[in-house]
Parts: sequence; structure tokens; C-alpha cells
Amino acid sequence: MLVKARAARPATRLTALKGVVQRFSFLFLILVSITLMIFGRIDAIGVESMRARVMDAFEPILDAISTPAATVARFVEIIADVTEVYRQNQELRTENARLQQWKQVVLRLEAENNSLRSLLRFKPDPAASFISARVIAVPGGSFLRSVIVAAGRRDGLRKGQAVIAGSGLVGRVVEVGEWSARILLVTDISARVPVLLEGSRQRAVLAGDNSSQPRLLYLPPDSQVAVGDRVVTSGHGGQFPSGLPVGVVSQVGERQIRVHSLVNLSRIEHVQIVDFGLPGGLVVEDPLGGVMR
Amino acid sequence: MIGGPLHKLDVAGRSLAPTAMTVMLLLVNLAPSHMTGYERVAPSFALMSIYYWTIHRPDLLPMSVVFVIGLLQDLLGGGPLGLNALVLIMVQWTVLSQRGFFLSSTFPMLWLGFVVVVAGAAFVLWLAASIASFELVAIDAPVIQGLLTLALFPLMAWLLILAHRAFLHQI
Repeated sequence: MLVKARAARPATRLTALKGVVQRFSFLFLILVSITLMIFGRIDAIGVESMRARVMDAFEPILDAISTPAATVARFVEIIADVTEVYRQNQELRTENARLQQWKQVVLRLEAENNSLRSLLRFKPDPAASFISARVIAVPGGSFLRSVIVAAGRRDGLRKGQAVIAGSGLVGRVVEVGEWSARILLVTDISARVPVLLEGSRQRAVLAGDNSSQPRLLYLPPDSQVAVGDRVVTSGHGGQFPSGLPVGVVSQVGERQIRVHSLVNLSRIEHVQIVDFGLPGGLVVEDPLGGVMR
Repeated sequence: MIGGPLHKLDVAGRSLAPTAMTVMLLLVNLAPSHMTGYERVAPSFALMSIYYWTIHRPDLLPMSVVFVIGLLQDLLGGGPLGLNALVLIMVQWTVLSQRGFFLSSTFPMLWLGFVVVVAGAAFVLWLAASIASFELVAIDAPVIQGLLTLALFPLMAWLLILAHRAFLHQI
């Protein structure tokens, strides 16, 4: 009995010691997390370069995982589409006929525009070039809207460039690694894009709030807005080129006006990064306040 | 062969299973789903994994590893650095303190415990997002996300039990 008790004592002590060490490491790690959060606020650029490195390191794995996911999604889509092929074909024929007419109009307007510009000696914006990239990760979560693409500094991506997919604006480049980059979507709560209502030329700011439809802010109270109005980038603030289509007004209420994006942001597979050769970095660092200056 | 270098290597490799699975689930979580609205409410597989291993094999998923997994989630996910790390170690601490109860209880109780964990984690994340954006952010998406995470937990637990038996039944 005595021997047993003696043997048990060091074991109890060891357990107690283990508990203390565990508690200490818990408090230590809590402290480190909080310090990191504060550090991230102070030295945002340092954290950003760290993110870019980690993103680069995981790019091959994310790329590998995203490929089968895309294949499965495409397969499901094909099955869903087959049932609607006939109807879609009819729709596309009608749309094509209409677009052919539009094409004629556009060609005529372009010629007219060119001749008028030559009369005015107007200096056009530098021509844009596009960099295409595949979306390899869509971080889930309720509080952030961003995607990671498989293109980076090597491909010519720079922080602040506008990103489009299909026919509309998707977001802007916020972190650039060597061969990967993060794109902040226009729906993210910190995204602000200076825009114009295409019809009335009324200026506003498109502000994300993590929901699928961003809001229009700072419209004068007397401005005329209707559901269906097209919203395009205004180019104010010097960050985005002007005239990129963003979406259409989907809801006009007493307290808020919402915009429906032209692109289904949940389903983007490829994006195009717009390289306009604009001088970036003027208002890039401060997405909340910069636009208003 | 027991005690030999190959055996040791085998044990070391198997001991990495909880960590490897959690990291893998974290990366799978990031894969584009191409489903409308899914990314807003994507269930957190890594949280399920950490909950499971903390109850069954906390020795193979130490707090420092959970911390690093949280940091990885922050770095890849784009959120404030340290936030998920904080949430995950708080989750592990809470579960560890009640581990004796969880080990002796039935699966429904385990599930119920996970309700508390998910709710707590979602609340901390919501609070942090609200503080960061100076307004109370909407709770619809986190609530759905939490419910989805809870709904998929039995399936994930089953997969984790299979992995547990396959890799760790001898060590």
C-alpha cells in the first residue's frame, strides 16, 4: 500500500505540471494571436508580403484541388444544361440577331466617334491589355469576399488593378505573390468603387456589405434612380479605368439602393485582370476613406 | 520489428494523421464550388476535425499545431492575421476542459457539444468582423454557415472515425 502511494505521488505531480504547462501555453498563444492582430493593423505591408508568400507556397496544392472541383461542377452543369438546350438555342438565335443589329450601330458610332475626336484633337485613354487567370481558391466564410487566382507578379499583375469576368467588374487585386494573387470582390464589406449611373451620369460609390448585392452610397437625395439602370466605373480616384460595366440597379428603397452584379460572383472560373497602365497606388491603400478625397 | 527504426517512422507518420487531415480539410474548404452563394455559408471542415481530434487524440493535435493551422487559415483566407488562430485555440481549450465528459458521453451529446463550439466560434468571428467594420454586420450568413457545419458534422465524424481506425488503432 505504502509503495503504491509513493509511486502515485510523482505521477500526480507530473499531471499537475502538465496542466500548468498547458494553461501557460494556452495563455501564451492567446497573447500571440492578439499581438499578431495588432501587428497586422500596424504593419499591413509586412503581413501582406507574408500572405503573398504563403499563397505562393500553397498555389500548387490549391490548383490541384480546384481542378477536380471544377470538373465535378462542370459535369453537374452539363446535365442541367442538356435539358434546356433547345430553349437556350432559340433564345441565343434571337439574341444573336439582335446583337448583329447592335454591331452595325456600334461600327457606325465608332467611325463617327473617331472622326469627331480627330476634329477635337482628343487624347484617348491608353489601350488596355488583359491578363487571364484561373480562380483556384474561394475562401469561405461570412465576413470576407475574396478569391485567389493562379497568376501573379510574373504575369504582370500589380496591386490595385481592376479585375473583370465575362462582361462585368469583379473586384481589384489586393495582394500579389510571384505566381498567385488575391482579388477583393466588389461585394466585400471593405470594397468601395467610384461609379456612375450610365444614363444620368450621376456619381456614386458602390459599397459591398458581404451580401450578394452591393449598395450605392452618396447619391444626392434628388437623383433619379430606377431599377434596371446600368452602373459603370467612373474612373474617379484614378484607380480604375472609366466605363467598365459593373451591374444594374436591382432595388431602389427608401434607405438603400442595391446593385445586381453582371457576373455571378460565386461561379467565376476565370478572370481577366485589366492592365491600363494607370498610375496606381494613389488611393489604393485606403479603401474606406480614399475614394472620398 | 517493434521498436525498430522503420516502426518508429511508421508511428511518427501515423501520428501526423490528425494534423494532415485538418490541413487537408482546410484546403478543400478553399476549393471553388461553383455553387451560387455557397462560399458565404461554406461549413468549416477544419473546425469539425479539430473538435473530433481534441476529444479523441489531443496528444496528436497539440495546441501549437492548432495555432499554426489557424494562422494558415488567416493567411490563405484573407482575414485579420491571428483571428482564426485565436478562435481555434479557444475552441480547443474549451473542449479540453470538458474532455472527460465528452469521452464518456454518447454521440448526440457530442453533437450537442459541437453546437456550443460552433455558436461560440461564430460569435467571436462576428464580433471581430463587426469591430473591424465599425458596424454590426449581418448575421444571416454566419447563422446558415453554423447550421450547415452542424448538419454535416455526423458525416464528417464518421469519416474521421474511419480514418482514426485506419491510421491510429494501434498507437
